[in-house]
Amino acid sequence: MKTKKISKFAQTNLITYGIAAAAFIVVEIMLLTGSMSSLMEGLLVPLCTYAILAVSLNLTVGILGELSLGHAGFMCVGAFSSAFFSVCVGDAFGSDLFRFVIAILIGAVTAGIFGLIIGIPVLRLRGDYLAIVTLAFGEIIKNVINALYVGRDSKGFHISLSPLTLEPDGKMIINGAQGLSGTPNDSTFIIGFILLLMTLFIVLNLIHSRTGRAVMAIRDNRIAAESVGVNITKYKLLAFSVSAALAGIAGVLYAHNLSTLTALPRNFGYNMSITILVFVVLGGIGNIWGSMIAAVILTLLPEMLRGLNDYRMLIYAIVLIVLMLFNWSPGARTFRARLKEKVGRHKQTEEVK
Amino acid sequence: MSFLSYLINGISLGSVYAIIALGYTMVYGIAKMLNFAHGDVIMIGSYVVFTMASTWGMNPMLAIVVSVIFCTVLGVVIERVAYKPLREATSLAVLITAIGVSYLLQNVALLIFGAGTKSFTSVVPVPALRLAGGALTISGETIVTVIACIVIMIGLMLFIKKSKSGQAMLAVSEDRGAATLMGVNVNRTIALTFAIGSGLAAIAGVLLCSAYPSLTPYTGSMPGIKAFVAAVFGGIGSIPGAFIGGVLLGVIESLARAYISSQLSDAIVFGVLIIVLLVKPTGILGKKINEKV
Amino acid sequence: MHLRRNKDEKTIGLVLAGAMVLSLAACGQGNGGSAQDDGTTFRIGGIGPLTGNNAIYGNAVMNGAQMAVDEINADGGINGVQLEFDFQDDESDAERAVNAYNQLKDWGMDMLVGTTTSSPCEAVVARSNEDNMFQITPSATSVNSIQYENAFRMCFSDPSQGTASADYIAENGLASKIGIIYDSSDTYSSGIASAFESEAQAKGLEIVSKEAFTGESNTDFSVQLQKAKDAGAELLFLPIYYTQTALILAQADTIGFEPLIFGSDGFDGILDVDNFDKSLAEGVMFLTPFSTNSTDELTQNFVQKYEEQFGGTPNQFAADAYDSVYVIKQAAEQAGLTADMSASEMCDALKTAMTEISFTGLTGKDIQWGADGEPQKAPIVVQVENGEYQILQ
Repeated sequence: MKTKKISKFAQTNLITYGIAAAAFIVVEIMLLTGSMSSLMEGLLVPLCTYAILAVSLNLTVGILGELSLGHAGFMCVGAFSSAFFSVCVGDAFGSDLFRFVIAILIGAVTAGIFGLIIGIPVLRLRGDYLAIVTLAFGEIIKNVINALYVGRDSKGFHISLSPLTLEPDGKMIINGAQGLSGTPNDSTFIIGFILLLMTLFIVLNLIHSRTGRAVMAIRDNRIAAESVGVNITKYKLLAFSVSAALAGIAGVLYAHNLSTLTALPRNFGYNMSITILVFVVLGGIGNIWGSMIAAVILTLLPEMLRGLNDYRMLIYAIVLIVLMLFNWSPGARTFRARLKEKVGRHKQTEEVK
Repeated sequence: MSFLSYLINGISLGSVYAIIALGYTMVYGIAKMLNFAHGDVIMIGSYVVFTMASTWGMNPMLAIVVSVIFCTVLGVVIERVAYKPLREATSLAVLITAIGVSYLLQNVALLIFGAGTKSFTSVVPVPALRLAGGALTISGETIVTVIACIVIMIGLMLFIKKSKSGQAMLAVSEDRGAATLMGVNVNRTIALTFAIGSGLAAIAGVLLCSAYPSLTPYTGSMPGIKAFVAAVFGGIGSIPGAFIGGVLLGVIESLARAYISSQLSDAIVFGVLIIVLLVKPTGILGKKINEKV
Repeated sequence: MHLRRNKDEKTIGLVLAGAMVLSLAACGQGNGGSAQDDGTTFRIGGIGPLTGNNAIYGNAVMNGAQMAVDEINADGGINGVQLEFDFQDDESDAERAVNAYNQLKDWGMDMLVGTTTSSPCEAVVARSNEDNMFQITPSATSVNSIQYENAFRMCFSDPSQGTASADYIAENGLASKIGIIYDSSDTYSSGIASAFESEAQAKGLEIVSKEAFTGESNTDFSVQLQKAKDAGAELLFLPIYYTQTALILAQADTIGFEPLIFGSDGFDGILDVDNFDKSLAEGVMFLTPFSTNSTDELTQNFVQKYEEQFGGTPNQFAADAYDSVYVIKQAAEQAGLTADMSASEMCDALKTAMTEISFTGLTGKDIQWGADGEPQKAPIVVQVENGEYQILQ
């Protein structure tokens, strides 16, 4: 029994890494032969970003079993802290790659710390109340960053929640709502892909470890888990802050892909949190490779529909509803079960459970 | 004196949140779903009134009636097509579908009415109340919204307490399975809930746009979120809770803007929400649920 | 709430995987023959929000530019070469704007009219600079939107607007106590507000209240108005768009606050809000490069044609976009562009030509550009009188 289970895990892992590797090879071949459009080439880094976000949120939603509507807030923290670092350092390190690696670490650690700080109060709540508090934290982060002014002059750094006056040699780094500009364009597809693999590695290993089993036990039955001595708070916080740190990494990728960074509702508000949640739900709650693929498809879809202009977002909305109905409604389920049975009988394989 | 006027501003803003929150909380209480499309039904309702009254010159009161009927039908149709098939699915699937419906309504409105702002003519005939020699002003819209809110709240509570359908709603919200066994038609009850919730949305839309006369396809989304927060604040599922939550939210927002920082007022509102939920995890009037293994 | 994983999800996962492969394949094909520039036309791209909160600005830019392109084509094109125009949606988001830019590159864009809003423009200009693609933004106002030498601007920048407004108020003695209400979540608004504040202080004007609102709470302004009223503001400076202005005017009226209102170019269009009570805007002044009430023939023709073609009165976004296309025409004629040049060669030629031309259009007379891309033009101050825009300066 035990060996069977392990092999099943290994199989899922293999599928997950396999999909990522296949996608990587396809993309690289297309890049090498020059058969990739600029649109697609420009989308590679965002695709990695959103895939990381989807996988990291799946850790909270699918594995920990808590609905978070503030995931974009952690992305925002990662983006701003790392971009702040990169802008401050400038070319002082000599190596762009080295600077970017440090930036990634800074983004991940800062977001992770925020995850920890926010997790302590939030994880005491349950269900929809937890969801609304995460939403609230996400909005607070965005709101505060929009009012944050950080500048540097000969007297050092100045931080304030109102516009600053600096010495004549000073330079604003984060300028309130005008955000931060001049972030170096360090994100590349290769780095993004490595980060995605790392995210997958961390999440999959976490799930299949003792910790992961404890976390899932809490999800399935909190009281039962507590009664057998699982430290609820510790495991919940652990999963939540890892998830936040990974979102922070996605934020770093996002920030270093664009030269300008502003905290708008569109990119770091609850809209973005919901978009990420859609990836997770559509790809299958708890299904890591599913959320990765859903992130890729739903990011590509509006871009593919560009030719339709006015009807673009309308079609996106309809596709979203139809996919959810197809995935969850009883009618569609029976239909799919029948289809499966037919295929199964045809192949003469074991019967469907 | 200025404190009083900030307080009145807060109440007038809060009463608008409250009337939207009533619709949210009702649907949540009975269908156990966060209907994120509620704000957009409000927007559609406002466009109906705008088209009837301002473009076609219909009597505003008649236009409101048409709008209520339209939204009721719309609500039932949305429920039937998008939510009913997902009755047994996880609550997250329904949440995402509701978001899909929300995007759909926004984009349909964008295609039909265009992106331009419409200036909504107030349908409230009550003049503003000026006190203390004009230093304090209570707008007619505020008076009407607060009264409408209280009337609707009491009406809903009476409806649930006294009528048979109301009792059915209560039963469904307590235990759907047991209600079915007792002969309650769950599907019809939930459809009725959506009908009432969407009808209320039309009224909320008219009052929202009368108080803040600017109508775009995205008008409903932010007040919708704020009202959702208000509903949670007051204890989601509780009808008086929605009213209290809405008014409190408006007052906190207004006072925070006046005395602390207008830039950070959103952060302060959400901060207070977090503190309230940490002290009272199910909101001000929310019921405590005992968990069983 | 328990969020269980579902066994059936494998099926949907497979469906999704199939869809991904298909869409990846579709992306590859997007590069195929038809999208390539055949070198017989000039392809002008445009970017702006066609959906989302700022959709109205993107649509105006699209319409204005389309009109100019159609007119030029009817007149025989630029140097005898016809124009093609494609406008892409960016939802006013930096990342989407870069996607839109890449899509236009695939289409074979030769020069860009865009983007419409500031923050996306900053992201796009970094890419267009790498590609050496000529870019003229009709309406992105932040300083950094045109920070590279391939980029030019049609409208005023944030600091120049803030400064010009403060100067005008001080020189004409409109008021000495000033209140500001601005959108702290918006680059345009906060940029003008801070420039205005420093210039106003330099000119000896007193800022008695400076209050913000955010994109999330942009319906209720009564507190900000009340504070300005209590502080005794004689003039309210509003560096915001007209959609919120309409609300502010109505709410100021409710609380009986009647200061002089002075706004930025975002005010343009306020009288055309559907069903707006124009008496509320009586006496409102604002700075704008364009007024539909100008009596010159160019403006009258433009307004008339725009109304016929798209319905509704054009705002300054449409006018800026219309002018931008004509600027490209004039610069291209100056530089002697030919259709067989590459986008990069065109950019080099246009960059030089831009600093040599003097352009007269809807949004200004004898506009000249420096190498920094900023236009040199005099702002017009407009006041609403009897429900019409009247030009003061």
